[in-house]
Parts: sequence; C-alpha cells; structure tokens
Amino acid sequence: MRVALAVPCYVDQLRPQAARATLTLLRRLGCEVSLAFDAPCCGQPMFNAGVVTAARAAAENWVRASAPFDAIVMPSGSCTHHVRHHLPPFLGGEAAGHAANVTFELCEFIAGPLGTPTLVGRFPHRVAMHLGCHAQRGLRLGGSSELHQPISGPMHALLSGLDGLTLVPLDRPDECCGFGGSFAVGEPEVSAVMGRDKLTDVIAHGAEVLVSSDPSCLLHLEAIAAHNGTTLRTLHVAELLEEATR
Amino acid sequence: MSRPVGTTAHRGHSKAAALFLVDAERAAWHDRSLWFMRQKRDLGTALPEWESLRLAGSALKAHALSRLADLLEEFERRATASGVVVHWARDAAEHNAIVLGILHTAGVTRVSKSKSMLTEECGLNPFLEARGIEVVDTDLGERIVQLAKEPPSHIVIPAIHWKREEIGALFHRTMGTPAGETSPDALAAAARVHLRDALMNAGAGITGANALVAETGGVVVCTNEGNADLGMHSAPIHIVCVGIEKIVATRNDLGVLLRLLARSGTGQPVTAYTTHVTSPRPGAAMHVVLVDNGRTRRLADEAMRTALHCIRCGACLNTCPVYRRSGGYSYRHVIQGPIGAILAPAVGLVAPLAL
Repeated sequence: MRVALAVPCYVDQLRPQAARATLTLLRRLGCEVSLAFDAPCCGQPMFNAGVVTAARAAAENWVRASAPFDAIVMPSGSCTHHVRHHLPPFLGGEAAGHAANVTFELCEFIAGPLGTPTLVGRFPHRVAMHLGCHAQRGLRLGGSSELHQPISGPMHALLSGLDGLTLVPLDRPDECCGFGGSFAVGEPEVSAVMGRDKLTDVIAHGAEVLVSSDPSCLLHLEAIAAHNGTTLRTLHVAELLEEATR
Repeated sequence: MSRPVGTTAHRGHSKAAALFLVDAERAAWHDRSLWFMRQKRDLGTALPEWESLRLAGSALKAHALSRLADLLEEFERRATASGVVVHWARDAAEHNAIVLGILHTAGVTRVSKSKSMLTEECGLNPFLEARGIEVVDTDLGERIVQLAKEPPSHIVIPAIHWKREEIGALFHRTMGTPAGETSPDALAAAARVHLRDALMNAGAGITGANALVAETGGVVVCTNEGNADLGMHSAPIHIVCVGIEKIVATRNDLGVLLRLLARSGTGQPVTAYTTHVTSPRPGAAMHVVLVDNGRTRRLADEAMRTALHCIRCGACLNTCPVYRRSGGYSYRHVIQGPIGAILAPAVGLVAPLAL
C-alpha cells in the first residue's frame, strides 16, 4: 500500500505539530509514509464560499497529487469530508473518484485500512472527546444523539483502548463547537458563544484534556480557552495518540 | 473571479444574532429552553421503528407531491360532495382576497383564528385588520405574541422567547390580571376566559391544517389546546387556510405523518387534539382555501423539491445550535431556522438581508 501524508493548509500554518505527530504515529505503527503528496489545500474554504474558480483549481491539484497513492491520510475530518463527498460531484471523472476513495481521516485510517482498531499505550488523564461536525455527521465517524446512537467510531475506540484514559461524558456530546470555517468569520458572536458553551460542558465534567480529530475546532476552542484563562489542555488526536504510544 | 455570496448574505442574520446575544443570560435561557424540547423529542422518538417511520413519511410525501394535481382534485371532489366550498389561491394576495370575500359576504367583523403558519406567510392578520376585521389568535402562544404585536419566533412554540414574568406583565396590561401575577396556572386561567369570549363570539373561525386527505376529502388539525376545535365548532363559518403541499393520498399515509409530527415537535406520542373534519356542521358553512404561493415553483426545482416534505414539526429549530443562540427573529423569515432558510426563497417574501 502506497501511503502518503497530506497536510491541510491550516495545519501547515497553524498546527504543524499535528502533522508531525501523524507522521511519527503512522511510522511507529509500521506504515511506510511518503511525503511526496504535494497539494497544499483541498479547496474547501473557497468551495463553501462559492468561489468556484479557485475551489476548482485547488481541487484539481488535489486530485492530480492523489493519483500515485493508495491511501492519503490527513489529520482532519473536515478536509477528508470535502475530498470524499464534494470533489466527485464537483469535478466529475475517474481521477476525482480515486481521490475520494483513497483519502482518509487519521483515526479511520488507523482503525480501517491499517487494521489497528486499538493501540497499546497509556494516557492517564480525564479526556473529553470532540468530533467535528464533518467527521461526525458527514463521514459518520461517530454515533449521533439525534439518531439515538451512542458516541462510538474509530477515534472513540482508539482513545478508549488506552491505559489510564478516562473519557468524560458530556451533556451535549455532539453539539457543534461553533467554528464552522468561515461561519466563525461571518457569525462571530454566535460562533464564540457556541465555543464557550462547549468548553463549559467539557470543564464541568472535570476533563483535563480536550481532544479532537479536527484542528479547526481546536483552533477555535483553544483561543476561547486561552481568553477565559482556563488550564484545559487541548490536543489533536494525533498528538495524544503519539504521546500515549511513545 | 466569482463573488463570495455567503459573506454579505450572512451579515443581516449575524447582526441580529449579535443583538440577541447582548443579554447573555437570556440567550443562555433561550438555548436551554429549546434544548429541553430537543431532549423531549429524543425521548419521544426512541422507537425501534423510528428511522423507518421517517423514511416512510418522506416517501409518502414524495408520492403525494408526484401526484399533487390529481390528489388535490380528488380532495376537491370529495370535499365539495360533502358540502365544503373549495377555493384555489395562486398567491398570498389571492388567498387574502378570498378570505376577505367570504367574511364580507357573511357580514363578519370578528374572527377567531387557530395556529396557522400559512396565514402568517400570507400576512392575513394585518390585511384583515386594515379592513376593519378584528382577528384574535387563540393559540395561547400566538395570542401572547399578537398582544405584543410580534410575529411568532418559532413555528411550533410561537412565544418560546417570552418569560412568564413578562407574560404576567403583558396580561396585566391587556387582560387586567393582578399586577405581579406570574403563576402559569393563574395566567392560563385568565387567558382561557379571555380566549373563550373571542372564540364564542366570532363570526368565523379560521384554522390552518396539518394535513388534507385526498381519499376522504378531510382536513386534519392538530392542537394541544383544543382552540381550533372550539373555533371551528362555535362559529357559523369555518375557513381552513392551507398550503397545497399538505395533501396526502390516504388515511394510512396520514397515520404515518401523525406519528412523526408530535413526536418530532414536542416528544408527545400524539397531540392532545387531533381533529378530522370532512364536512360542515348542519347549518354552518365550511371553506377550504388551497394556497400555492411559490410551492409549485419549488416543486419544479429538482434540487430543492424535497423541502416540500417538511411537516412543520420544528425539530430542526430545536436542534439547531445557531437558532437556539440567535432567536427566531434573527432570520427575518416567517418560517425560522434551518428549514426557513430553505423554504423562504420559494415564497418570495424574504428580506434579502436574511441568512
């Protein structure tokens, strides 16, 4: 299996440690990872804003870069959702279909194609888990409360399998954190209140660590946590799993 | 370079939401009230067959919409045969003119009205009031917002943004309840007396409809307060104002929709009153006004036609984290929240600033 690491644009710029942790973790799990995937952005921000020309250019570049690989792994549910569900109808053609089929969010790749549904590791902390909306309801990487499903899925399984880790229950486990990409720019007040409410829920249940598979949610929540002076530690799931399996 | 359409379209909602959020404590209370409804829905819909019931509901709506003209004509034939007068309105203006015509012909100057988002959509109340007809909304929540000169802020719970202390003050001013009275029982009792007078002395009772059944020519109205029943059974004229997408083919189909409606909206297995009307009472008249107002345009749009499957349960408002934290008025649509953003453009009554 030819596996490549894809680093989404905002991870590259704002949270490179999530990409480094992804690479370290995948290699530790015995996966050979190519760094030759050279598309910087899947084009989601432009696509969502209706900027079709720029979105198409980025998407076509992504599809071209995907061609040589059997799996492209990203520390982002949101970008994975865009590539898998939007690019085939947007661009059409077999190459876009290939890109959609081989692009994976990190946890689903580890638990699925890599065949490692649980990891051996230790993380003795109270952890609150947050799935981004695209991972949760777009990729279905977790159960949804409105469908009467328990929160489950690959990230939940990988975290629950670690020694010493306690997943704290939340009052609203699958409520949006309020980031929503450009939603946070267009609707700053609602966005910030949603983030505050999410953190209040997390802190009220005694979590020491907040973990997410989406760096964009973390970007939003971290900024609010810092503004409020909380001591909550925020980690991308790649960073947590890498630390736990050292 | 194409223009990013999202940005300016958001600004109207964003500004209104920011105003709503200035009172942080009140906004948090609003969020909790709606989340409570969402939780009641989760409990009420915990049935093994729930998801298949939803699929069946969507399928029967798709079926009815695919045969819309036939089913509406079947409804008209059967209803007419039972003594109901059926009217067809292309848009809001035609609808309002038809209702006014019925009232004028009968010399009616006082009307009681049960809950109807269709009449809100058509602006019926201000239209009739401007022509000297008194309209009293008899759903308690709708009466509260009517007395406050506001539109509903939620399609199922029109006064969800009102606190009982404020309702106490409003009733003190408008109904003469004792100052400082905030007990829900006392306020409901005062409203009951106040509304009964309007219901018993109206020249016509206007109701909406939750469904029309083609195979029976019947109209179905669901309420928890019984106000629609009192209105339609005490006035000499019953006028039903209803959007054409409310038609279903059979009573079996209706059974599926009724199981979905109250459970999704409030978590109740069924509303307290589910009334099936197929003909006027002896000596009384019954009219049904079938309203298009953009619905057939929506039906012609393949990408957006499933929006007509909406049964107006309000569940998408209760679960929407943005609606809960920005309030119904931030949308500036008659139908608020997520489904309103989809439905409003078809009706053509949208302020261009809205989300």
